[in-house]
Amino acid sequence: MAANNKYENNSIDVKGMIAKNKQSKSLSSITEKLIPVVLFLFAIITVFTTVGIVFTLLSETIEFFKRIPIWDFFTGTVLKPMSQNPEFGVLPLLNGTIISSAIAMLVAGPIGLMAAIYLSEYASDRVRRVLKPMLEILAGIPTIVYGFFAFTFVTPLIRSFWPDVAATNILSPGIVMGIMIIPMIASLSEDAMSSVPKAMREGALGLGATKLETTFKVVIPAALSGIIASFVLGISRAIGETMIVTIASGSSKNFTFDITQSMQTMTAYIVEVSGGEAAAGTTIYYSLYAVAMTLFVFTLLMNLLARYVSRKFREEY
Amino acid sequence: MKYLNVEQVTKRMNGRIAKNNISKALFFLATLFGLIVLAILIYRVVVDSIGWIDWNFLTGRQSTDAERAGIMGALLGTLWMMLVVAPVTLILGIGTAIYLELYAKKGRLQSIIQTNISNLAGVPSIVYGILGLTIFVRAMEMGNIILAGGLTLSLLILPIVIVAAQEAIRAVPGFLSEASYGMGATKWQTIKNVILPAALPGMLTGAILALSRAIGETAPLTVIGIPALIIPFPEGIFDKFTALPMQIYYWTIDSSLVAEYANLAAGTIIVLLVLLFVLNSTAIFIRNKFQQRF
Repeated sequence: MAANNKYENNSIDVKGMIAKNKQSKSLSSITEKLIPVVLFLFAIITVFTTVGIVFTLLSETIEFFKRIPIWDFFTGTVLKPMSQNPEFGVLPLLNGTIISSAIAMLVAGPIGLMAAIYLSEYASDRVRRVLKPMLEILAGIPTIVYGFFAFTFVTPLIRSFWPDVAATNILSPGIVMGIMIIPMIASLSEDAMSSVPKAMREGALGLGATKLETTFKVVIPAALSGIIASFVLGISRAIGETMIVTIASGSSKNFTFDITQSMQTMTAYIVEVSGGEAAAGTTIYYSLYAVAMTLFVFTLLMNLLARYVSRKFREEY
Repeated sequence: MKYLNVEQVTKRMNGRIAKNNISKALFFLATLFGLIVLAILIYRVVVDSIGWIDWNFLTGRQSTDAERAGIMGALLGTLWMMLVVAPVTLILGIGTAIYLELYAKKGRLQSIIQTNISNLAGVPSIVYGILGLTIFVRAMEMGNIILAGGLTLSLLILPIVIVAAQEAIRAVPGFLSEASYGMGATKWQTIKNVILPAALPGMLTGAILALSRAIGETAPLTVIGIPALIIPFPEGIFDKFTALPMQIYYWTIDSSLVAEYANLAAGTIIVLLVLLFVLNSTAIFIRNKFQQRF
């Protein structure tokens, strides 16, 4: 800052003031120019994250495919990473992932959609204001808690009336995963249905349709893109879900369609292998990345599909 | 000749109305289903943990002996990790939001960053674990310390914080910043003195909710490799650690060996849920108390 000589000789030092002003201006103009650069560097970190994910997954996956042919990986039905003659077929894991996600969607799809219909079409404002936040609590519970619930409550419950079910099985985590996804589907579908204009409902009701008929013949078709998008996001969530299946479905790598038995999903495999003693450089270690890459591509495709559906087929009113 | 067969129409009408009423009940039950499960879940956890949450459990060290085991180490690990996650995500998240909303020119680059953020939000948490394992734990040779876990979780919740902060900035009405410009303020002065204070409650609410998601995350931590038993308490961000969800995980999977571990897991879940409840209440309090409506 300039020296404090404003009132020297009882006259105003205009030159000094101008200099001071210029100096502080140039300082602030530096800040003005510097801030956007710093903020841009912050923003670019998110891009680096994506690049980091894709790069690490890709480079180690390529290393894996140098050792195990890509064809054997995607068509192999035997997964024995720890044995003397290890085999790395991903199909048992894909199978486990698809079956657990399918069970989850069989639970979450209908129940979530019905809840959405109730909240959007039938519930009064007051009821909705009570029920919706309570459903959101369900969405906020950590998945590890659901895993505990599946393992210590739902599995024993199922086994009490269906003794064939094993202590670790794919059915119980599938159901619990579905319960976890209900709020997501209910909330997203409800948003889609609430945004259908009132005039359309009134048209149907005026023609003598009941509320149920209005819902199924007018509201749901109009909100279909949003509803489908919510289902696809639900599937993506189920595919990426880790702790529930890791805890409650065990680590059997059998290629089976028997839902009463233990199966391993892609996510559970990653937990098992990375938590174990897979030293860097071994084939098991690289298989971690190949499985993670498969998982990443699957969920990315699902998310892109969801966005495509909700954009492309959105009905504008 | 009658055009309407009144009797038949009435009959059909009654059927349609009955169908509507039955469906309404069904839809209501579907909505309640989730809440009933929630009630059972909380009831089960409380019943399982009764008699297990005492002073020794809350302040004790980890132990394989169920009677003596405590969760102070895991609690401290979680808190230390949040001391990493909170500043990192707040600074990066709010900075990114300011850049995207107020500085970036509408164009290719801005839309790439924006699309990228919404794609990142859909990446499964376990993939972030692999990123953390590869970059922080192995490439940077940090090992499985609190800092590595905290940075991994920071990357995981960053997209949520950014989107919440962007919405908070968008909610600040234009006339406020125009008034500031009209007084001769520069862009940064306007942001610092006008936009940020107005948007801060919204930003903090979003950040706290994201933080509560990070506290419950388990999958990335299992991947970066947290040992099952760590006796000493963590004393800084460079210490090895365990966290509440990891403790729940280990005790749950080992409950088939030692039945009491299930009770310990339930007790830890109670502590975790109380922590989440406090955080969420704080977020709601901030939103209601400080958020201005324009």
